[in-house]
Amino acid sequence: MSRSTVIARRELGSYFVSPIAYVAMALFLIVCGIAFWDDFQPGQPAELRHLFDWMVWILVAIVPVLCMGLLAQEWANGTIETLMTAPVAEMDVVLGKFLGSLGFFALLLAPTLFFVLMLRLYAPLDYGPIVSGYLGILLVGALFIAVALFCSSLTRSQVVAAALAAALLFAMTIVPYYVVSKGTLSAFWRGAADQAVFRRYTDFSKGIIDSGNIVFFVAATAVFLFLTVKVLESRRWK
Amino acid sequence: MGRGGIGERGTPVISVQNLTKVYGQTLAVDHISFEVQKGDVVGFLGPNGAGKSTTMRMLTCYLPPTGGTATVNGFDIFHQSEQVRENLGYLPENVPLYMEMKVEEYLDFRGRLRKMDRASRRKRIDYVLERCWLTNVRSRAIGHLSKGYRQRVGLADALLHNPPVLILDEPTVGLDPTQIRETRKLVRELGGEHTLLLSTHILPEVEAVCDRVIVIAGGKIAAQGTPDELRNSRRLQARVLVECKGSAEAVRGAFENLSGVAKVEMLPMDGDKSYVTAALRTKEGYDVREEAARLVMQQGWALREIRLEQATLEEFFIQVTANQAMAQTGGAA
Repeated sequence: MSRSTVIARRELGSYFVSPIAYVAMALFLIVCGIAFWDDFQPGQPAELRHLFDWMVWILVAIVPVLCMGLLAQEWANGTIETLMTAPVAEMDVVLGKFLGSLGFFALLLAPTLFFVLMLRLYAPLDYGPIVSGYLGILLVGALFIAVALFCSSLTRSQVVAAALAAALLFAMTIVPYYVVSKGTLSAFWRGAADQAVFRRYTDFSKGIIDSGNIVFFVAATAVFLFLTVKVLESRRWK
Repeated sequence: MGRGGIGERGTPVISVQNLTKVYGQTLAVDHISFEVQKGDVVGFLGPNGAGKSTTMRMLTCYLPPTGGTATVNGFDIFHQSEQVRENLGYLPENVPLYMEMKVEEYLDFRGRLRKMDRASRRKRIDYVLERCWLTNVRSRAIGHLSKGYRQRVGLADALLHNPPVLILDEPTVGLDPTQIRETRKLVRELGGEHTLLLSTHILPEVEAVCDRVIVIAGGKIAAQGTPDELRNSRRLQARVLVECKGSAEAVRGAFENLSGVAKVEMLPMDGDKSYVTAALRTKEGYDVREEAARLVMQQGWALREIRLEQATLEEFFIQVTANQAMAQTGGAA
């Protein structure tokens, strides 16, 4: 097993003893349940598009909380020293933490498959948009986790890490959503906003798998992971 | 116990040359050089903030040096950082651990990080749990353990992969007296098989466990040698303490005339003010106790106590570090 997998497993395990993770999980599922309930009515189309769009909004609030401790806690408790004096590279640590959180995120999503099952009981389903929706939400989750991990690497305070990550995610996701519809802004700003997370994500929830969108999410995730590695290495420059 | 090391000067296991660390404007470690021989237990002694932890962090590859080089078990700390880390076990100051993990689970995680296979992990975990008296808490969460137990978990982790070199930063801080004695005993037993560098600011600890001592103050090495060598170094002379009834002036005058006495200091007394205590600094090679006793008898002073005060490492330590501190403030002014 590679060192990043070892770290990922430990990280995943630590979620299950953290009350915050359970609270976040409950909140996520409650919001998803309400969103699904809204759509789960006679006469509504048998799809989860509305649910997927809701998920992105709620993740802007939940991912920062789930990931705030990833590195901030290591700094605060000094465990980073025990970790880095074992024969591991900064990259192992960052990838391990990222993969562990992504694993937890996948487990967080798993109960929502129940909604798919319920829908199937009442109507024939078009699985295409559902599969692409899940792919999209996983990519969004990965990017959000990378952003939150990066914020967590910058500070010893989990609260600061969470606030910073929430602000960044808000700026990347929710702000452009409103900017796009504002006719008073120049075409440049509206075009830029159109490139942001939410617009790209809605393609997936509509059932469109565009390779450009996949590249966007994978590349943006990689950039934040790379920045996190650099922050970890920066303790050597001081 | 099989402790080799002293006398057989082979290739040093830890070799440090001109190691320097600068944080911003602060010179934390100032061109220090020393060597640690195989199987030795070397104490790194110094006041808080002397640069002990910084030096250890450089040796364990947590911080890169600003200048100078060091090798651990033949590997360069800068260019062969991964090999260095494979060859050493490190107990950082304050023992940072994952509080939510169970003792055994934590050690298993650390073993996996070090790429130990399942069989050797199981074997070594059982061994270090027993060695560090942790067997009865193996399935308890680390966060629920007392400071003493956590310290041992850190030690067990450092020992887990059976590294040739152990670096322990203040291994007995925060322990109760029984635990301190057990830990020192363990450290003594580990010497010989392992090479140990441990830091402390507790003097009796150095005398109890170390083959050699490196005194560090203000980022510089102030002295090094065996505890005996340091105790007997020329800066230290024994004192004879005499407590008797008499006027301070008369007592001082009388003792100053004794041959063999270099200097008389009158120590402050509490309680009965009619008694005084004179501390006699003797000249090299003199023991003035008998003469002092005779003198007291002749003068008819009531005598309460007369004793030879052995020079302690503590005194040595205070002298050395005070000199360093003075040199530093002098340099800054």
